[in-house]
Amino acid sequence: MSITPGRLRALTRHRLFWPLALLAGLLLVAVADNPSFFSVRVQGGHLYGNLIDILRLSAPLALIALGMTLVIALKGIDLSVGAVVAIGGAVACTEISQLADQGSASGVVLAVGAALGLCLLAGLWNGFLVAYVGIQPIIATLILMVAGRGVAQMVTDGQIVTVSSSPYHLIGGGYLFGLPFSALTAGAVLGLVALLVRRSALGVLVESVGGNAEASRLAGIKSRGLTLGVYAFSGLCAGAAGLMISSNIAGADGNNAGLWIELDAIFAVVIGGTALTGGRFYLGGTLVGVLVIQTLTTVVLSLGVPPETTLVFKACVVTAVCLLQSPAFRHAVTSRLRRAGSRPPGASSTHIEKPEHEHEPDPTEPTPREVQNT
Amino acid sequence: MAPATPVLEATGIVKDFLGVRALKEVDFRLFPGEVHALMGENGAGKSTLIKVLTGVHAADGGEIRLQGTPVRFTGPLHARAHGVSTVYQEVNLCPSLSIAENVLLGREPRRFGAIRWKELRRRATELLARLDIDVDVRVELGSQPLAVQQMVAIARAIDVDARVLILDEPTSSLDREEVDRLFAVLDRLRGDGVAVLFVSHFLEQIYEISDRVTVLRDGGLIGEYATAELPRRDLVARMLGQEPGDLEAEQHRTSRAQDDQNDQAPFVTARGVGRKGAIAPFDLDLTPGRVTGLAGLLGSGRSESARLLAGADRADQGQLTVDGAPVTLRGPRAAIARSIAYLSENRKADGLIPDLTVTENIVLALQAAQGWARPLSARRTDELVTRWMTALDIRPRDPSLPVRNLSGGNQQKVLLARWLLTEPRLLILDEPTRGIDIGAKAQILRLISGLADDGLAVLFVSAELEEVLRLSDTVAVLRDRELVAALPGGAALTVERLMEVIATGENATGEIAPGEVTTGEPV
Repeated sequence: MSITPGRLRALTRHRLFWPLALLAGLLLVAVADNPSFFSVRVQGGHLYGNLIDILRLSAPLALIALGMTLVIALKGIDLSVGAVVAIGGAVACTEISQLADQGSASGVVLAVGAALGLCLLAGLWNGFLVAYVGIQPIIATLILMVAGRGVAQMVTDGQIVTVSSSPYHLIGGGYLFGLPFSALTAGAVLGLVALLVRRSALGVLVESVGGNAEASRLAGIKSRGLTLGVYAFSGLCAGAAGLMISSNIAGADGNNAGLWIELDAIFAVVIGGTALTGGRFYLGGTLVGVLVIQTLTTVVLSLGVPPETTLVFKACVVTAVCLLQSPAFRHAVTSRLRRAGSRPPGASSTHIEKPEHEHEPDPTEPTPREVQNT
Repeated sequence: MAPATPVLEATGIVKDFLGVRALKEVDFRLFPGEVHALMGENGAGKSTLIKVLTGVHAADGGEIRLQGTPVRFTGPLHARAHGVSTVYQEVNLCPSLSIAENVLLGREPRRFGAIRWKELRRRATELLARLDIDVDVRVELGSQPLAVQQMVAIARAIDVDARVLILDEPTSSLDREEVDRLFAVLDRLRGDGVAVLFVSHFLEQIYEISDRVTVLRDGGLIGEYATAELPRRDLVARMLGQEPGDLEAEQHRTSRAQDDQNDQAPFVTARGVGRKGAIAPFDLDLTPGRVTGLAGLLGSGRSESARLLAGADRADQGQLTVDGAPVTLRGPRAAIARSIAYLSENRKADGLIPDLTVTENIVLALQAAQGWARPLSARRTDELVTRWMTALDIRPRDPSLPVRNLSGGNQQKVLLARWLLTEPRLLILDEPTRGIDIGAKAQILRLISGLADDGLAVLFVSAELEEVLRLSDTVAVLRDRELVAALPGGAALTVERLMEVIATGENATGEIAPGEVTTGEPV
């Protein structure tokens, strides 16, 4: 082998190694099944192909997962995003369907504004319950998760509202410079937010509140305002995703739009390395997580797995990722493999294979080096 | 005294962590019927040795014998099955289960798979009675004081016919009375022939309870001694690897500060400030250049009064004045905005952000005060962090490490740096030296003294009276959630005198009545 074991180990230790390996694996499976899977051609004035589809369809989930990453970093969770997706789509489509001219750009802009405004309000409501009323996030957002679909159905009178508006179609199904508009939007938002949180102190303050809320309060961080803002942002993201989803199918379905997408979003965040216990968050990791989930869906379809077994197939892959990401599991497997192979006994490297946290120095018992200096 | 065969004997134990040798051929013997103290500074290898003895870590060299037979424990459960039980520093129990369930967790008496509740309670009561603990075993564990929880953990450990009981810092969260109870239990176990291995930072406790002491330093064995034959100074010298002289050199600082700053106006004054259920209304003046000590027993209201002054809790009565202007502190932010910094009592629970780096932890309060939209520039951050890491001697000198990887003493210095960065005028320190090793302790005390000399007002809370005396210009004594006396510091104030006031609440000489304060008054 030309790669040294040490380097290989460092590589496999990287937070994103297994998700990226899985992504590559999925694409390899797809291309083995269908050699033209990667082909991208120009059709109808824009790029066309499976990879482009994956990008386009990832966009709504990417937005939601972006908001979810920040919420989870605060040690919270937002279960209501699926319902907010439905509200966003319902408001926009209902408004547009009442326009005299559905092709009017200004009318569409107003409708989109109204939808986003309402979704922002929904997020503020969640944030208010969590930060000011002190309800546990899972319960606080569960309220809107259940009630939100009701709101969406009230808006649409229980009907599926269809629209045929070309400006609105651009949001979820259109193309700009040959690339899907939705993917460009999601990419731009992701980029801007990444810049905002990392260039300002926002990211560290969020991580601090998520890592230790009481310590952050004593350090003078305005954690309530921060929490309110982050939940509001999550609502806004979900609203934007709702616009994309409803635009893509040219209609709002209060019952099914964004159904279970909160779980996909949480999963994407976790694949990306952000822990549900709050603290450190990784926006790049979340993006990889989103791509894994969307690629999985696309590949499953392209493999021709019967639709009724798709969910089971997905579940298997999800289980595999979770196991691969668990240091304890990897340790169990590698040490078993090693035992099966013939290694000289007493090799001193055994502890190196242990999960990382086990050989981190105990905080009360640091490395011996320190003692000399006190 | 001790029989010839050790119940547990380790020879030449070697343990490496990622190339760092944590234990260098350490020998250790434990005899039945003795309490054996394991001493050393943080990082000396105490916890590592315990983890090797109980099978949490596999040794990279050396041998462990249990009553003469070589053993290799695969984990704490395995060790326990052989009669080697461990009670860790943090109590590892289920607070929402009953005491009885906790004592016999995983070993519940059963019939046809169902738990025999009566039998369970009977046996739990019996086990606790052996430790002289009389509690209703049906109540939830979490509702009990820490001392009881500690006893439950011990009862649980000795149930399996323990021949060896290992206690890792069992007393760090107990008050004096609770420690006495624990020691009575250890005495009884010693009488029963159990070998007890005891780790503690408190020297006095070591001398009170242990028969022999093993000292580790820097991963190596320094020696094994009969406790009674090893003077305290020698023990400290062996732990530190240096003469104790420079520790003692830290004399009382009062003399310096007094003359020139008598006429300083107080920076913060409290008049009748109190909070129901926490602390009775008290008066206190905090003056620039002065250290005011708060002394009292655990639960006397020390931390509670500090929290009111720091805005961590809101006072429900009285008037606080900062710099001559009356203020109401609605929260920590309000206090920080008025240049009041508060180093909280429990650095893990409400001080550190464990996942964040040393740098991020250090600049946190300053950044929070500036607001999120005005991030500190990378250059300024670097400059500040480098300056304070050097000034406070924070080690290792790597600002990108997660702060949880640092030792207790260095973590405390990180928190100190966090607050000093905000350029406070009043520094409130609640137990800044708890749970950190002697060397770091001396450094921190010196630092506080220096800060006061530079004109900072300091409120210093500590359970260790010697520390309070050494540092304070004035000592306010709390008793049963009430400030009962404010005594001028100085050579006249001794530990005995202070203990007398704490114990009786009476200010025998009557120089200064409670509440009529003091920091500005000549002695």
